[in-house]
Amino acid sequence: MTWLGVFSQLLEIVMALLLAPLLGGWINQCRAWLQNKSAPGLLQPYRMLHKLFNKESVLAEHASPLFRGAPYIVFGCMALACAIIPTLSTDLPLSPAADAIALVGLFAFARVFVSLAAMDVGTSFGTLGARREMLIGFLAEPALLMVLFSASLISKSTSLTTIVETLAHRELTIYPSLAFAGVAFTMVSLAENARVPVDNPTTHLELTMIHEALILEYSGRHLALLEWAAHLKLFAYSCIGLALFFPWGIAEAQAPVTLLLAIPALLLKLAIGGGLLAVLETLSAKMRIFRVPEFLATAFLLAVIGMLVHILVRA
Amino acid sequence: MIAPHGGAVDPTRWLHLDWILLVIVAWLLIGVAGVFALRRLTLVARVLFPAGGAFGLLLFGVALNSVWSSPAVAVLPIGLPSLPFHFRLDSLSAFFLLIIGGVSAGVSAFAAGYFRKGEGTPPGLLALEYHVFLASMALVVLADDAYAFMVMWETMALSSFFLVTANHRIVEIQRAGYLYLLVAHIGAIGILLCFGVLQANTGDYTFANMRAQALSPFWASVAFLLALFGFGAKAGIVPLHVWLPEAHPAAPSPVSALMSGVMLKTAIYGVLRVFFDLLHTPLWWWGLLLLAIGLATALFGVVFAAVQVDMKRLLAYSSIENIGLLFAGIGLTVLFSAYGMQPMAALALTAVLYHVASHAFFKSLLFVGTGAVLHATGERNLGKLGGLIRSMPWVAWVTLVGVLASAGLPPLGGFVSEWLLLQSFLFAPGLPSSVLDMLIPVVAALIALVGALAGYTMVKFFGVIFLGQPREEKLVQARDAGGWERLGMAWLVGGCLALGLFPVQFIALIDPVTTALVGAGLGETVDDSGWLLVPVAIERSSYGPAIFLLGVAASFALAFLLVRVLYHGRLRRAAPWDCGYPWQNARMQDTAEGFGQPIRQIFEPFFRMERELPTPFDAEPRYRVSVGDHFWRWLYLPLARAIERLASLIGLLQQGRISVYLLYSFVTLIAVLVVVKQ
Repeated sequence: MTWLGVFSQLLEIVMALLLAPLLGGWINQCRAWLQNKSAPGLLQPYRMLHKLFNKESVLAEHASPLFRGAPYIVFGCMALACAIIPTLSTDLPLSPAADAIALVGLFAFARVFVSLAAMDVGTSFGTLGARREMLIGFLAEPALLMVLFSASLISKSTSLTTIVETLAHRELTIYPSLAFAGVAFTMVSLAENARVPVDNPTTHLELTMIHEALILEYSGRHLALLEWAAHLKLFAYSCIGLALFFPWGIAEAQAPVTLLLAIPALLLKLAIGGGLLAVLETLSAKMRIFRVPEFLATAFLLAVIGMLVHILVRA
Repeated sequence: MIAPHGGAVDPTRWLHLDWILLVIVAWLLIGVAGVFALRRLTLVARVLFPAGGAFGLLLFGVALNSVWSSPAVAVLPIGLPSLPFHFRLDSLSAFFLLIIGGVSAGVSAFAAGYFRKGEGTPPGLLALEYHVFLASMALVVLADDAYAFMVMWETMALSSFFLVTANHRIVEIQRAGYLYLLVAHIGAIGILLCFGVLQANTGDYTFANMRAQALSPFWASVAFLLALFGFGAKAGIVPLHVWLPEAHPAAPSPVSALMSGVMLKTAIYGVLRVFFDLLHTPLWWWGLLLLAIGLATALFGVVFAAVQVDMKRLLAYSSIENIGLLFAGIGLTVLFSAYGMQPMAALALTAVLYHVASHAFFKSLLFVGTGAVLHATGERNLGKLGGLIRSMPWVAWVTLVGVLASAGLPPLGGFVSEWLLLQSFLFAPGLPSSVLDMLIPVVAALIALVGALAGYTMVKFFGVIFLGQPREEKLVQARDAGGWERLGMAWLVGGCLALGLFPVQFIALIDPVTTALVGAGLGETVDDSGWLLVPVAIERSSYGPAIFLLGVAASFALAFLLVRVLYHGRLRRAAPWDCGYPWQNARMQDTAEGFGQPIRQIFEPFFRMERELPTPFDAEPRYRVSVGDHFWRWLYLPLARAIERLASLIGLLQQGRISVYLLYSFVTLIAVLVVVKQ
C-alpha cells in the first residue's frame, strides 16, 4: 500500500460521491433534448438532494429500526462499491477486500435491505415493489456475475484491478466473448438501475413502478440517501462497463502522472455513455413486468454464451 | 482410560478420543436420567438439556483441538462376540464432531427453553431420544468398521424418527414419520450393500481393510452408486428428497434444527468417507454424475422453497437446495482429483466443508427461530404471520443474521462458501477434456442462479414473518423468546458471524481434512495478511470480509454523522403514505402466495399446480392454489402401486388353510431332495 494508492482511493470515493448525481443530471438533460423538451438544469439532482436533506423525515407509525437503517446501509454499500471498482486507478488499497463476486454480493446485499425495508411498513405498493425488485434481482444478479466471469476467464482472475490491467494491455482486437458480455451487461444495467425498458425512473403510475414503489414510504433525509445511492449505483455500473469494455485511460500503480489524465478520460467516457443511455431510453418503450424475466433471461444466456465462446475459441 | 489404544501410550493421560467418548457416555447417561424424570418438565428442561448443551460445548472444544492431531483408534469390546466396535478419530471425523458439538450446544440451550407441557411424548422420554440421537451422530462419524457404522446409523435414524413423531397423535405427523422411516431404511440398504462391495470378499468389515482393497473400476463404480443412493436418501438429493419437506415441519423445532443442521451432514460425511477415503481412486464420470444430481437438487430445492407457504417447509426445501450445492461441490472435487489436479480439488473440497459448517449454523438458527415464532404465535403458516419484528424484536434481529447468511450475502458464512465454490469453477478451465470445460460455465451460471433465488426466498421468509403489519390480531401480543432460547440463538448467531468474518482462521481447520482426503490443502497461500482470503494468488482473487464489513459500517456511520451535522435529525411519525389510498389493511400486503407468484409463473413446468380461480360472479370469491411435486405423481405413486400389486401377488400364496401350507412344505421337501441328490 503506497501513499499514492491511498490518495487515489480517497480521490475515487470523493469523486464518485460528488459526480454521481451529475451523471444522473446529464442523462436527464440528454433525454430531454432528444425528446424535444426543455431540460432541467444540469445541477438539478444536487438541488433535489439538498431540498430533501433539509426536509424533516416523516416515518410511518409502526416502521421498525430496519426501515430507518436501510437507507444508510444501502448508501454505505454503494459507496463501497464505487470504492472497489477501478475507475481512475488500479492501485487501490481497498480493492483486494472484494473481487468481482463480492461486488455482485455487495449489490445483492443492498437489494435485500431495500426490499426488506419496503416490506416493513406493510403497504400494498411497498410489498409489490419488493417482490418485483427481487424478481429482477434474481435474474440480473447471475447475469452480471456471468458478464464479470467472461472477463475473468480472459484475465484468469476475479480481482477487478487485475481484470482492468489485463484488458487495458491487450492489443486492439475484439474478443468475441466480450462482445456477448457487453450486450448482456447493457441489458442487465438497464434492469438494475431501473431504466426504460424495465422500469421508468420518471413514472408516476404506481402500478408500473418498481424502484419508486420500493421507496414510496421514504421522505426527507432517508429518501435523499436512497436517491443518492441510486445515482451511485448508476455511476458504479457505468464504471464497471467502462472498466471492462473501455479500460483505456485508467492509471496504474507504476505511472502516477496518468492519474491526472485519468480524470478527464473518465469524464469524457461517462458523458458519452450517459448520452448513449439517453438515446437507448428514448428509443425504447417500457415493457410489461412479465416480459422482464424474458429480457433478463436473454441477458443471462448471452453472458453464458460469451463464456462458452471464450472456451471454444481458445480450445 | 475408557478405551484401550494401540501403541504405547501413557495410560494416565487422556487422549482426544477418550474425551469424545466421555461426552458420548455423558449424553447417554443424561438420556437415561430422563427416563427417571419422565414427566418432571422443570428438571428435564433446566438440568438435563443444559447439561447436554454443556457436553456439546466440550465436544466442540475437544474436536477443535483434535483436527490437527494424527488419527487415533480405539476398539470397544461391546457388540457381538468377535465383532467389536472399532472407532477412529481422524481429521475428517474431528471436523464433523466440531459441527455436531458446536451446533448441538446452541440447539440444546434453545431446547431447554423450548419444550413445554403438552400432548405427545413426555419430556423425559424426549430427553432420552434427543441425547441418544446426539450420541449416535457422534458415533457415526467415529465408526471405523461397517458393523459399528450401521448400528449407529440405524440408532440415529430410529431416535430421530421418535423425535419427529413427538406429537404422535396427529395423523399428518404419523404419516410424515412413516415416510421418513421408510426412506431412511431404503437408504440404509444401499449403504449396507456398498460396504458389502467394499470389503471385496475378504469378510473383514473394518474400514482399514476396505481402504487396503484395490477394487476394479466396475466394482468401485458399483460401490459408488450404492453409496450415492444410500447417503443421498439421507441427505435428500432429488428424487429421494420427499421425506424432508414432510419430516421437518412435523418435528419439534430444535429437532428440525438438529436434523437439518447436523444429521444431513452425517450423510455428507458418509459420502466423503466412502468416495475419498475408502474408494481412493475416483473416476471422472462420478464427478459428472454428482455435479448433475447436485445442480438438479439445488435448483429444484430453491424453486420449491420460493413458493412454500409453511415456514418450516420453506426451510426444508432450502436445505434440499444446500445439499444440492454440497453435492455439486463434491462432484467438482471428484472431477478434479480424477484428473490429478489436487490443488483445485482441495479448493472445491474446502468450499464444500465450509458450506457444511455455515449451513449447519445458519439453518439451525433459522429453524430454532421458527420454533420461537411457533411458540409465540402458534402459527406455522406464513399467511397468518407478519409484523413480528415489533413484538419479538430479539428473535427477528437474530433471525435476520441467519437469513442473510442463508441468502449467501457478504459478509456472512454462506457467501464465503459460495465464493470459494465459484472460484473453483472459474479456475476449472484447464481440465483435459474440452467437453467438460464447456460444461463448467453452464454449471457456474446455474450455481449463481441458485444463489440469487435463495436470496429471493429468504427475503420472502423474513419479510412475510417479521415485517409488515400483523395479519392476525393475536400477533400483537406475541412474546419474545425466553432466556434459554436467547442463549441458544446467540451462540448460533455467534457461529454464523465468526464463519463470515474469519474465513482464513476457519480454513486452517479445514486444511488437515483436505490434505488427508485429496492430498492437498490451501495451506499457507490462504493467509496473505491474516485478513484476506486468498485461495490461489492475490492477483487472481481475494476477499476480506472484515475489511468489507468495516467499509460498509464506516460509510454507514459517516453518512449518519454527516447528515446530522450538516442538516438535522428531525423525525415525525405519521400514518403510512401508500400513495394516499385511505383504505389500507393488513390483508392488502403481499402474502406468501403472492410473493411466490412470479416464481410459480416463471418455473411453471417444475410444479404440479392445481388452481381454483374465482369468477366475477361469485358471491364469496375463493382462490385456492396447491403446488405439488411431480415426483410424487410420476415416481412414488406408480412405485407404491407396483409394490402393492406385487404384494397382492405374493399374497395369493397365503390361502389360510393348513392343507395348502402342508402342500408347500411337501413340494419344498421334494425340490430340496432333488437338488441334494444331484
